[in-house]
Amino acid sequence: MKLKVIDLDLADYLQAWNLQKDVLAKVINNDLDSALILCRHHPVITLGRNTSGSSLKFTEEEILAKGLKLYNIERGGDATYHGPGQLTVYPVINLRYFKKDIHWFLRKLESLAISCLSDFNLRCARIQGSTGVWVNQEKIASIGIAIRHWVTYHGLSINIKRDDLANFNLIRPCGMDIKVTSLEGALGKDVNTAEVQLSLLDRFNEFFASRRAL
Amino acid sequence: MIKVVLPELGEGITKATVSYWFFKAGERVKEKDDLVELTTDKATFNLPSPCSGILSEVICSEGDSVNIGQVLAVINEE
Repeated sequence: MKLKVIDLDLADYLQAWNLQKDVLAKVINNDLDSALILCRHHPVITLGRNTSGSSLKFTEEEILAKGLKLYNIERGGDATYHGPGQLTVYPVINLRYFKKDIHWFLRKLESLAISCLSDFNLRCARIQGSTGVWVNQEKIASIGIAIRHWVTYHGLSINIKRDDLANFNLIRPCGMDIKVTSLEGALGKDVNTAEVQLSLLDRFNEFFASRRAL
Repeated sequence: MIKVVLPELGEGITKATVSYWFFKAGERVKEKDDLVELTTDKATFNLPSPCSGILSEVICSEGDSVNIGQVLAVINEE
């Protein structure tokens, strides 16, 4: 796979969202093979297509007044928070080269996060029926995707920093009353996000190394 | 007359929810245009139009839960 890696570092959500859509169009038109966009976001709450009325604990005005941005977006799933203490990855890949199967790709993203976090000696797991990655009953990685012409966008975010979890209290993450955790919180020590990013990139190349011809 | 059917979306996926129609009945569509957005648990999936023509009938409304293989719409092919 000729993967174009785009590292935005700290990015405004709108910038990354627009970039995803540009890259998506190129992959759909075969002008680009595939891409992986990596970034950390300024504080933002995004509402996926399955967002229910009770997912926001505050009004839109109150959330904006707290300095966060808020977007209704086209991914699946419910409400989530993104912030600078997370690593967010948006794989834009053509599933025709792998498997035309939404669940296969969701499970692949979970495995990607579990493997990446295991590189830091953190044991995580899936919970059947609750997409994402969990440390005991606390969520550490969230997933929500969109697919056009079997090309994926949106993706996966992993909570890294323990001091960037408070804004999850503004929402019911994924529409559920759950606790969230971070890599630092679970390990009880500081972690360099850049190291997690390197691990994730290695694991991504490993996980999506073999593909079939069309 | 081409029937637009909800395709296989993956192992274990038996249904999806119609979340958005990009066209209304009576409108002209082109092959590969995004026709309808479908939602499963954590994913949205845009189904492209299989042909160019007039979207003559929208059978499933936004919010409807539909089964794999179910007819979503009919297009009069040009």
